[in-house]
Amino acid sequence: MSGIPHDHYEPKTNGEKWLNSRLPVVGLIYDTIMIPTPKNLNWWWIWGIVLAFCLALQIVTGIVLVMHYTPHVDLAFASIEHIMRNVNGGYMLRYIHMNGASLFFVAVYIHIFRGLFYGSYKAPREITWIIGMLIYLMMMGTAFMGYVLPWGQMSFWGATVITGLFGAIPFVGDAIQTWLLGGPAVDNATLNRFFSLHYLLPFVIAALVIVHIWAFHTTGNNNPTGVEVRRGSKAEAEKDTLPFWPYFVIKDLFALAVILVVFWAIVGFMPNYLGHPDNYIEANPLVTPAHIVPEWYFLPFYAILRAFTGEVWVVQFASFITGGIIDAKFFGVIAMFGAILAMALAPWLDTSTVRSGKYRPLFKWWFYLLIIDFFALMWLGAMPAEEPYATFSLIASAYWFAYFFVILPILGVIEKPLAQPETIEEDFNAHYGKADADATPAE
Amino acid sequence: MSHAEDHEGTRRDFLYYVAGGAGVVATGAAVWPLINQMNPSADVQALSSIRVDVSGVEPGTQLTVKWLGKPVFIRHRTGAEIQEAQEQDAEGVDALPDPLARNFNLNADAPATDANRVMPSPEGEAPGAWIVQMGVCTHLGCVPLGDAGDFGGWFCPCHGSHYDLAGRIRKGPAPENLPVPPAEWVDNSTIRLG
Repeated sequence: MSGIPHDHYEPKTNGEKWLNSRLPVVGLIYDTIMIPTPKNLNWWWIWGIVLAFCLALQIVTGIVLVMHYTPHVDLAFASIEHIMRNVNGGYMLRYIHMNGASLFFVAVYIHIFRGLFYGSYKAPREITWIIGMLIYLMMMGTAFMGYVLPWGQMSFWGATVITGLFGAIPFVGDAIQTWLLGGPAVDNATLNRFFSLHYLLPFVIAALVIVHIWAFHTTGNNNPTGVEVRRGSKAEAEKDTLPFWPYFVIKDLFALAVILVVFWAIVGFMPNYLGHPDNYIEANPLVTPAHIVPEWYFLPFYAILRAFTGEVWVVQFASFITGGIIDAKFFGVIAMFGAILAMALAPWLDTSTVRSGKYRPLFKWWFYLLIIDFFALMWLGAMPAEEPYATFSLIASAYWFAYFFVILPILGVIEKPLAQPETIEEDFNAHYGKADADATPAE
Repeated sequence: MSHAEDHEGTRRDFLYYVAGGAGVVATGAAVWPLINQMNPSADVQALSSIRVDVSGVEPGTQLTVKWLGKPVFIRHRTGAEIQEAQEQDAEGVDALPDPLARNFNLNADAPATDANRVMPSPEGEAPGAWIVQMGVCTHLGCVPLGDAGDFGGWFCPCHGSHYDLAGRIRKGPAPENLPVPPAEWVDNSTIRLG
């Protein structure tokens, strides 16, 4: 499967040969877990395993929660309380599932920004990047619909606001919104379909994860230097790489164990810290909570959605040239989805021939500013829609777009990159001293 | 298919397009029911018209009912409230943030005078005694609070929109007046919505 030369599975016993000539599944697994992996991978490369763990955790806890949950407007809220109070260990399963979503998003954001810094999105890994963005979109859809299921106040009003975004589409918006909701407002039909899709999408994500892994196993992993593994011969490739099993598996599992210590502490001692108290009030279509806030992982994009009000000249200009078809509300929706699309387009917007940010003296600072911008947007998304937050949101949103559409294209032209190491081996030896590669662990 | 190049615009090409076309139509026919099942079901559509008994709504109070999954405010205004709303008219509706009545029962370009916002009164009641409007803030869809705000009407706690006694937006981020739904008197004490 991989373009990097390495040993392949050879069936030895008669039983292995019998199976291999009928279904070469052992060989597929062997080649997948023995893939040559750049031996200089640092700790930012552990989040893929964390993400795979999160997906499995959410699917397993989700399947057992469904055994006790009832997707009906009259019973959903009570069935959650039933899980919390009556089901054996139910409160723990639910708290793990709730906080598992947060761990999932922590991991995906670090994983994405890792890719943005080390240029993992650049050729020939564009397909891996695009599949990753699709997975991220599906995660957001799944998390949003999952949050509606407990049928609390924040579930209901969050669903009302977010489905209202589709109502902002010119001409067909109302029809699409009614179609999505199955009625004029969020109601039983909405709850039922969200439940169905919340159960379906994780399996679509699992399929996309397989394609994601397939894609980067074809191109090989990126690494902190951005320099490609030498592929001239197996001996040459082995100077730059170590097999994924056992070196990286053990490293990743150690990192996962450390992360899970923190995770269990949160699940055990502060399980509702990341939630909203309003969601322990049953949904009421006649009363709105004073302050509707999405979950923390949606806040940066929620801030972008709200930043573009009717007073902003860009919005007024867009409204003017489209004859009012694009109003402030629709502009906000375009901006929010555009912010995610901008990330997906990074492989074609970044003009630099150097992959890793380590060797890009100017890029580095703009990238760190993007990280600050991301946290600023997250904070602003939780603030009320008033001054001075509105102006800050606008500035922070503008930087997000400027980074992808202006800074990335220009930097590649004007920046003078630092010297990159010739090979991964050279970089590795510079850090860890010259040693026999076969006997040296990954870090 | 290996002989396809041997013919020019022949029966084989024709059959190819017919088969392909039939496949597309069959796929569309199979997919459409799967999409259409998500549209509002018959029982949801059946609730699109309801009757509300308002005999118990005293002047100066309001009733909130759920219609099409959303709250509807039915307010019985006192003489003083009617007078105050009409005085707000005198300042001129063109100066309001939204100069249109937003009344489903009138033309779309009707101005936002108090008379264009209220129900026609039943016999024996002062004109403008009843006002019926959707209880959904035109900003981001929150439910405004009654008897509140700087103009004595409704106030949305989410982002601070103030509506006056005729449900017209006066201050805050909301762009439009509270919409007036299709409503009419069935008899002297019953309103039909929808």
